[in-house]
Amino acid sequence: MSNRIALAGNPNCGKTTMFNRLTGSSQRVGNWPGVTIDRKEGKLKGQDGIAVVDLPGIYSLSPYSPEEVVSRDFLLKDRPDAVVNIVDATNLERNLYLTTQILEVGIPVVIALNMIDVVRKEGIDIDKAELSKRLGCPVVETSALKGDGIEELVEEILAAAERGAGSYPRYSDGLESYLSKVSDVIKGHVPDESVRWYAAKFLERDEMALEAVPAEVAEEVEKIAAEMENEFDDEADSIVAGERYNYIGGVIAAAVKRDDRRGKETASDKIDKIITNRWLGLPIFAAVMFTIYYIAITTIGTLGSDWVNDVLFGEILIPGVDEWLTANDVNGVLAGLIVEGIVAGVGAVVGFLPQMLVLFVLLVILEECGYMARVAFVMDRVFRRFGLSGKSFIPILVGTGCGVPGIMATRAIEGSKERRITAMTTTFIPCSAKLPVIAMIAGALFFQSAWVALSVYFMGIFCILISGVILKKWHSMTGAPAPFIMELPPYHVPGIFTVIRSTLERGWAFCKKAGTFIMLACAIVWFLSAFDWGLTMVDDINDSMLADIGKSLKWIFVPLGWGDDWEFTIGTITGLAAKENVVGTFGILFGYAEPSEVGEEFWDIVAARFGPGSLGQLAGYSFLAFNMICAPCFAAIGAMKGELGSWRDTGKAVLYQCVLAYVISLIIFQFGSILLGGGFQIWLLLAAAALVGLVYMLTAKDPFKVIGRGLLRRPADE
Amino acid sequence: MRTLRDVKAGEKAVVVKVNGVGHLRKRIMDMGITKGCEVEVIKVAPLGDPVEITLRGYDLSIRKQDAESIEVE
Ligand SMILES: Nc1nc2c(ncn2[C@@H]2O[C@H](COP(=O)(O)OP(=O)(O)OP(=O)(O)O)[C@@H](O)[C@H]2O)c(=O)[nH]1
Ligand SMILES: [Mg+2]
Repeated sequence: MSNRIALAGNPNCGKTTMFNRLTGSSQRVGNWPGVTIDRKEGKLKGQDGIAVVDLPGIYSLSPYSPEEVVSRDFLLKDRPDAVVNIVDATNLERNLYLTTQILEVGIPVVIALNMIDVVRKEGIDIDKAELSKRLGCPVVETSALKGDGIEELVEEILAAAERGAGSYPRYSDGLESYLSKVSDVIKGHVPDESVRWYAAKFLERDEMALEAVPAEVAEEVEKIAAEMENEFDDEADSIVAGERYNYIGGVIAAAVKRDDRRGKETASDKIDKIITNRWLGLPIFAAVMFTIYYIAITTIGTLGSDWVNDVLFGEILIPGVDEWLTANDVNGVLAGLIVEGIVAGVGAVVGFLPQMLVLFVLLVILEECGYMARVAFVMDRVFRRFGLSGKSFIPILVGTGCGVPGIMATRAIEGSKERRITAMTTTFIPCSAKLPVIAMIAGALFFQSAWVALSVYFMGIFCILISGVILKKWHSMTGAPAPFIMELPPYHVPGIFTVIRSTLERGWAFCKKAGTFIMLACAIVWFLSAFDWGLTMVDDINDSMLADIGKSLKWIFVPLGWGDDWEFTIGTITGLAAKENVVGTFGILFGYAEPSEVGEEFWDIVAARFGPGSLGQLAGYSFLAFNMICAPCFAAIGAMKGELGSWRDTGKAVLYQCVLAYVISLIIFQFGSILLGGGFQIWLLLAAAALVGLVYMLTAKDPFKVIGRGLLRRPADE
Repeated sequence: MRTLRDVKAGEKAVVVKVNGVGHLRKRIMDMGITKGCEVEVIKVAPLGDPVEITLRGYDLSIRKQDAESIEVE
């Protein structure tokens, strides 16, 4: 009996939604091409010992981008026992192009005619029996979203795996004669089942496929291809692609009985007319962004956060825990750890959960409805100027939720240069874990003004754009720029369950992090802050180990205006484990005396530490800027390593981020303080030098000659 | 020689030949822009580039520079 089935299909046809249906898991979905970037394996529900593999979407079996290589290699080298070719039935013609190639591989195929709910609603009539007859494989109508046709699909898969591979498409007699010539030549050099597939790929001059055979065979094939080009008076790849589409044309003419969309403007077209309109496109984009963060950060989100901080923690949890500890006579050190360390630290972080959930809901809706691809369309011109691509904006938007999936989403960017630069800069945009830090500074120093958050987002974009210009030069690799040819999927109304599930999924990931990583970090911070080096408990936190560590490092940040307070240095360091820790650490360090008043109590202390008036605000903003731009949390650094390939490059990327953060904060504070009448400081000279350096990096042709090259090079690119 | 770049918003054209090399060429053909296929330019992005086109019943965004590789009539 078979034990591995693969889900293959075009990007955005519903593979992951189907995967979640078949296995009962909840992998990330979204209405833009390139959500899944690595293969995922799960167990088929209700069947023993059968694995289902979700593959990244591909347009053909001649891949260019790395996630497309994953899919092709899996089908050809790992050879699953059956393939479910998921086909977006609302976009049959283009989707069947891949189908013609999958059928040639020689693995049993079942076609899932997905999105059948939309097909029925839009008045399209597809004769599935006819389709099945023409393509020579079973066809099942499904709606992965609604859960229709799933059982039938499973039955067909099992039956097909038993039966073995079916037939493959027949092209015109002209092409067929060349295909059989090539087949004769390559027989014995390629797996028997896949001769047809290799023959077609060889005729197309697919380089990766040609590597599979000895040079003399490749030469022989080349002769046949040249002969065919002569006869057809066209280029070989164009002949094969044309023949495939002609074949599909025949299939569609026979199987699609009615299509009411033809020549009519659909609802999606009408929406798109407004949303990407020449004049309205940009204002709409700005309004959408502003609304999302306004809702998440200031209005609804804050209501929830206030409740968690003041009521849940302030009135219920902390007094409750306190009482329980006293009643049970718990050891003083342990009680200190629990109340002053974990509850105060984790509590300060969990207080932001409601804000994050609101942000997650809005982002999931944005990802699901189809706006992401439009954002890439609208923004491409801007981003291309700075060495990035419109698709760079998708990782950035996803990264406002969490940097880890944001960085992973860069894999859908085709150009390796653009992809690597985006991976290195995506975390400049504040993720949800940075929201607590923003809220703390805004609350402590800026009367909770929404402008603080907004300015930080703009600062993030600004840093991404200038980094595009700078990092582009860090790079000696030439090579054709990648094309930006992207499908614009029709708009969908997001499924309510998808939204709820994805939101809870992401919220839960945050809770797990708070319960493990952040809790541990808080315990360590508390321990270091409560004891001295001789491991005796200290009365004054200034005598603790933590204070010593902070004091020995705080000089680094003096030019940034953080003053004489070591706590800010410690907060920044603990932020490397997870950005929420910055607030958690302050919770422990400042909220110490009276943990029952986490909220305002420690905002006042933070404000006092940064100093009075506008200079204090400036110092606070410099602290915020540094923490937003410098190295992201460990998880994001790990994700960056995944995309950049080596720790060496990742180290350089992190170094770049930290240096940039320092430069930006230095410039903000030193020049700001002159403008605000703070008087001359010797560090102003350093800031001026940093500014000159930055301008030099932006304008000089090859500034990295001195600094050394190689960051953007990667063996696979050569 | 007329290319897809020269086609105005709202106009239709038929593909004659795909030029270009490597990734770009492959991607153009994979997306169904092949000889004889009819494409319609729907609109230009707010900042003047890329353009949105419709072909084979779906929508595609393509940069003007890449559109130059597609000969039409
Ligand atoms: N109406 C409808 N929508 C669907 C159906 N299946 C999937 N969708 C939606 O289509 C979009 C894409 O779904 P995904 O499962 O992420 O697609 P994918 O094939 O995994 O995409 P990539 O990972 O980008 O290759 C999502 O917005 C889904 O909610 C369906 O049967 N009907
Ligand atoms: Mg997917």
